[in-house]
Amino acid sequence: MGKWTRRAFITTGVLGGGALLVGVGLRLGNRNSELAPLVAAEGEHLVNAWVKIGADNQVVAIVPHSEMGQGAQTVLAQMLADELDARWEDVSFLEAPAEDAYANWTLAKGYALAGMKVPAVLEDSVNGLMFQASKAMKMQITGGSLSVRATGVYGMRVAGAAARELLIEAAASTWQVSPAKLTARDGRIIEIDGERSAPFAEFAAAAGRLTPNPSPTLKHPDEFRIMGRSTPRLDIPAKVNGTTQFGIDASVEGMQYATIQAPPVFGASMVSFDARRAKAMQGVVDVVQIDDAVAVVANSYWNASRAMREVDITWSHTDHDSSSSQGYFNQFAADMQRDRAQGSSTVDIEKGDAGNVIANAEKVISRSYQVPWLAHTCMEPMNALAQFNGDSCEVWTGTQNPLGTKHAIAAALEVDVTQVTLHQHQMGGGFGRRAKPDTAIQAAKLARAVGKPVKLIWSREEDVQHDHYRPAVRSEFRAVLDEAGKPLAWENQFVEKHEPAEAPYVPYAVPNQYVHYTDSPTHVPFGAWRSVDHSQHGFFTESFIDELAYEAGADPYAYRRELLAHLPRHRAVLDKAAAAANWDTPLGEGRGRGISLQESFGTLVAQVVEVTLADGDLSVDRVVVVVDPGFAVSPDGLTAQMESGVVYGLTAALYGEISIENGAVAQSNFHDYNALRMDRSPVIETHIINSMEHWGGAGEPGTPGIAPALTNAIYAARGVRIRELPITKYELGSASV
Amino acid sequence: MIELTVNNRPVALDVDPQMPLLWALRENLALTGTKFGCGIAQCGACTIHLDGAPVRACVTPVASAVGKQVTTIEGLAEGDQLHPVQQAWIDYQVPQCGYCQSGQIMSATALLASNPQPADDDIRAAMAGNICRCGMYSRIHKAIRAVADGGVAVWEPADEQEVRHG
Ligand code: FES
Ligand code: FES
Repeated sequence: MGKWTRRAFITTGVLGGGALLVGVGLRLGNRNSELAPLVAAEGEHLVNAWVKIGADNQVVAIVPHSEMGQGAQTVLAQMLADELDARWEDVSFLEAPAEDAYANWTLAKGYALAGMKVPAVLEDSVNGLMFQASKAMKMQITGGSLSVRATGVYGMRVAGAAARELLIEAAASTWQVSPAKLTARDGRIIEIDGERSAPFAEFAAAAGRLTPNPSPTLKHPDEFRIMGRSTPRLDIPAKVNGTTQFGIDASVEGMQYATIQAPPVFGASMVSFDARRAKAMQGVVDVVQIDDAVAVVANSYWNASRAMREVDITWSHTDHDSSSSQGYFNQFAADMQRDRAQGSSTVDIEKGDAGNVIANAEKVISRSYQVPWLAHTCMEPMNALAQFNGDSCEVWTGTQNPLGTKHAIAAALEVDVTQVTLHQHQMGGGFGRRAKPDTAIQAAKLARAVGKPVKLIWSREEDVQHDHYRPAVRSEFRAVLDEAGKPLAWENQFVEKHEPAEAPYVPYAVPNQYVHYTDSPTHVPFGAWRSVDHSQHGFFTESFIDELAYEAGADPYAYRRELLAHLPRHRAVLDKAAAAANWDTPLGEGRGRGISLQESFGTLVAQVVEVTLADGDLSVDRVVVVVDPGFAVSPDGLTAQMESGVVYGLTAALYGEISIENGAVAQSNFHDYNALRMDRSPVIETHIINSMEHWGGAGEPGTPGIAPALTNAIYAARGVRIRELPITKYELGSASV
Repeated sequence: MIELTVNNRPVALDVDPQMPLLWALRENLALTGTKFGCGIAQCGACTIHLDGAPVRACVTPVASAVGKQVTTIEGLAEGDQLHPVQQAWIDYQVPQCGYCQSGQIMSATALLASNPQPADDDIRAAMAGNICRCGMYSRIHKAIRAVADGGVAVWEPADEQEVRHG
């Protein structure tokens, strides 16, 4: 953990009233390649963290992450409090406002959040260095399981440790003793062998004038007092009494309500619309064209939505008016075959000579798999409230990327970014969907068009039909086994490569590997969906390795284990899952267990699913999850994320399908795009291994392994191999789910 | 004017009697704890009580609530005293994003009011109309179980972890 300093800036300042401010800016280097795509340009900074210690000894953590329910804020506060040796009760949390270079204080001036003026945090006594450190930061995203991995380890912990050292140094000079004779505990500086002790606040101002150590010492895990403990989440009390303010709950004086309809076929435009009937309806303020969509503005959402149905819209024809899911899957297969024949695919990884081994083998095991498009269906439909005053625009919304959204609004409206203020709200789910600024831009355009504040709420139908989808993907494998049944060669070709790059790679020891891909574009918009490419490749690779185990006549767990001798950490996770699930104890007739292993976002997860298949009725009985995130800062928070990732992935495996018919999405709401409900949810048991390796993410790694563990279990129970999701495509599933 | 009783208070609404209660509560009465999720009685996010029975406010016209007691998530606590189900939601750290949780809590409180000792299958059946996209079903179930069993809810976080300092 000592390497971060080369990428970080630490700076200090003294605020009015003698408060200490410590800032850490993280500059991205090549080393963190999985984060690099999130940064727009050279010199931009991905994460920034500030810590303020006030005269009242209260510690405020200021970080750029939005709360989607993943408990990020609590976990980050834990990291800070522990390194600082603050009292947990004294630590509070403030989400950084969506301000350019957050520290660019002319912009920050006048910004108010949670009753706290940001300029009070970034007062004039703060030296300019911090502003430099975070200048041009345009990305402030919560996604990619980044909060613990990047902001936490590289920002919060460093900020806490740096502040602690500064306070000790300031106390040492005040008391005229060596810093080595002092320590920090529970928000106080204490003389180790002496009498003296005083709260942090007494030294805050003096500490702010010192030069920070560019590489403060982080605690050894044995010294953790708050990290590694399950701390009740700070955001939960407001979520049980209806007071949490989600974006959809925002309101301003004189606000009108709107709903919108975009062209059913992606890429179509609006030719004309007839709004005469709609405009005559109760409460309707206006019917407005916004780009290629039509919106109704009314005095209530209900009036807007019933008038929306009365607008006759003529959409243009497109080249995709007859596109269908089946047509696209045929296209994928044909494009892949063409690339294979011509050797024109793109090489992803190559090791040994798989092509040669396969060409000369007596027996080649070939399989292909497919997954459909998926929508996110965040529980809170997309929405944003916008208001214009002259040329300046205020937007209230919940976004995974506040600063990026603000810039996107400014660009779309062709106003200066300084004219846009974004008020961030809690999100009723994100899952990647709320990284897109589309709804906020529409709301801003609507508010400008009608000259009134407008709250735009998408119907669930609009949400399902105008998402940015997890792509449909086809993946083909060819493998050759050696005499012992172990894979000698592994070839994998698929369509659509996005992030993370390593998603299709397997950890198993295979001497000859060739992974390549084919571009086969569709007109369906792409978006990051929980765990991104892992969501499909986890299913593909963990299904195929399972098939190879059966081909080799081996137990699927033992087979994987054999191939992981070089990766003890992976093996430990797999072993623990098998043990916890009593892998070796046979289940009765019609029952089966399936196993999977997936590393994603720096975290290892093994899953064992138990199913019962009786009369075509599938029951998912139990899921055992073993997770090694390096270190679990909040074990209960991590457990909740695993439960969440499992249910999200099960929903997709059991029911999830967005299908394209005549160029448009065929599904529209939860009746035909269902979600797993409590009555069919399995028991989920989570076990944590703290290997103390590099700290990984929590929000996404629970999802990718669940589909293959499920379909592998179905195979074990009944011998039906599922190679296409969702499983409703197969006899056994259709009767029940 | 339509006169209703919401959370024990009389209110008068000047809206179309066919307007779903969901929107009247959220937009006319500023009771935004009740949530919109689907609009077609499929997700449960808008669950409220009409005379103690759980209904989907998104498909319940304002007119049908006349003369009945409307209870929303905002009306569940008595002053500072949370309803035991709300307290159990905190004790078991149930919410993730929290968006579905008003509806979940309203379904759970209605269940326990009519069936204080539900079997596990009763809980599953009664809660099947409430989707949680964050997948917190295990916790919801445990929290309801704890209230039904009458014990003081004890949160047992997964603190006992195998730690191998490598
Ligand atoms: S919003 Fe009423 S059930 Fe979904
Ligand atoms: S807590 Fe997010 S939908 Fe239930």
